[in-house]
Amino acid sequence: MQLTQRSKSVDRSPMTFLESLYLWNIMKGMAITLRHLFKKKATIQYPEEKRPFSPIFRGLHVLNRDAEGRENCTACGLCAVACPAEAITMEAAERLPGEENLYREEKYAAKYEINMLRCIFCGLCEEACPKDAIYLSQTFAPANYGRKGFIYGKNELLIPHPINEREAYLKALGDRTPSARIQNQPNA
Amino acid sequence: MDFAAITLWFLLEKVILIAAIIGLSFFVAMYTTLAERKVAGWMQDRMGPNRAGPFGILQPLADGGKLFFKEEIIPVTSNRILFLLGPALAMIVALVTSTVIPWGAPVVTTTGTIALQVTDVDMGILIVFSVVSVGVYGIMIGGWASNNKFSLLAAIRGASQMVSYELPMSLALIAILFMTGSLKMSEIVLYQINHGWNIVYQPLGFLLFFICALAECNRTPFDLPEAENELNFGYHQEYSSMKLGFYLFAEYINMFVSSAVMATLFLGGYDIPFVNEAAWGLSPWVYSLLSFGVLMAKVSFLLFVFIWIRWTIPRFRYDQLMNLGWKKMIPLALFNMLLSAAILLWLKS
Repeated sequence: MQLTQRSKSVDRSPMTFLESLYLWNIMKGMAITLRHLFKKKATIQYPEEKRPFSPIFRGLHVLNRDAEGRENCTACGLCAVACPAEAITMEAAERLPGEENLYREEKYAAKYEINMLRCIFCGLCEEACPKDAIYLSQTFAPANYGRKGFIYGKNELLIPHPINEREAYLKALGDRTPSARIQNQPNA
Repeated sequence: MDFAAITLWFLLEKVILIAAIIGLSFFVAMYTTLAERKVAGWMQDRMGPNRAGPFGILQPLADGGKLFFKEEIIPVTSNRILFLLGPALAMIVALVTSTVIPWGAPVVTTTGTIALQVTDVDMGILIVFSVVSVGVYGIMIGGWASNNKFSLLAAIRGASQMVSYELPMSLALIAILFMTGSLKMSEIVLYQINHGWNIVYQPLGFLLFFICALAECNRTPFDLPEAENELNFGYHQEYSSMKLGFYLFAEYINMFVSSAVMATLFLGGYDIPFVNEAAWGLSPWVYSLLSFGVLMAKVSFLLFVFIWIRWTIPRFRYDQLMNLGWKKMIPLALFNMLLSAAILLWLKS
């Protein structure tokens, strides 16, 4: 009985003497492997050569700053609420007078940690954020010897200063955030 | 042999030759491991090892160095003496077989003739077979002395496999001996230089011999003694460090030597096909080196076929192996033997 178009009937008749020597089938197999010997190799020589990521690749998180170098994050906690893996922890603090050049609004994140071993890189934090303060970049977490090393704090996450460290900032920004898109506009 | 003919010069010549052949065996075995990994990579659309030195040519040294520095574990429940004897025996047997192979045309100088062959005994090919059949002891002793049921099972499998495939191997060989009329390796080569290669007259014999050589070397598809997935690495499971290395290395030396034996018996040894290179008037050393190079080219090709087969077909099941050996190979070998005997008789009458 044929159930699908692709089904093939299997020949269950006993092998003849020549078939039971397996020689012809082995030779057919060897022809296949010989063809593969000369095929283009699929290998990417990793440290020297890198695989291009898709434009929607979700990698390590970056905490964003605005154009004057002030942190966007107001420690509202929406990202931590949205996180399905519960990888984000933060502690809020109040901006003191004289810190206006550091933090954009009156409240900021004094401590902001993401456990990269828990994170599933789903990007929901990015979607939840009302301040464009967190987004997923196009790099991935490098290997580490201990679990502690995978808990990223503000030191690792915060983007370099856009005025003082311009080049590092643009490199970390990539080309995917809303602010990056504005910067990359031809007439901007 | 005339013992009065043994001079200091003769001894020196043989010692140098033995050292050279052992060195060559180790060198070729080392690079066969690299070739194996490279070819495996290419056949699976990968690169193979390419980090140690350019194109990975230092990889065998790195592997060997690693094996030397690994911790050596001898199980307390093992039989210590036999446990140590196993890999040594496997290695010695693998190396001894190469003594009777003529590695190149003899160097004929004005002061005398230097044969590129350690010993050219009258029953050369029988020496190969008798030594190869001792080779099974390396596996059996190693597997049994480990005191481990997987190793023991693997050793039993290995022993029965090697015994069953020696039979069609020698039967395939007999057809060759009908034609050449000599057991002497050098005369078999000379016969082929004068009459054409044996593979032309004995294609079935060559095929049978090759398949049996695969089984004797425990190569895929006959690598049941070291079946990783069912016997957990087989007879050398309890071995570590360079003892394991000796077993693995002996396997590659066996491959090399059996390729050399096949090249000598069927592919004309050091003969260059279609030309009469002896008439070119080359100086004796150049001629011998050239013939040695030709033999090595044939050996490399056979080694490639060994590797090619390994990365193409999966392992046989044990009953398939035994069925193939006893019900297919032996009848075919007997048929081949009778057929060649009948044709030779018919040609002579």
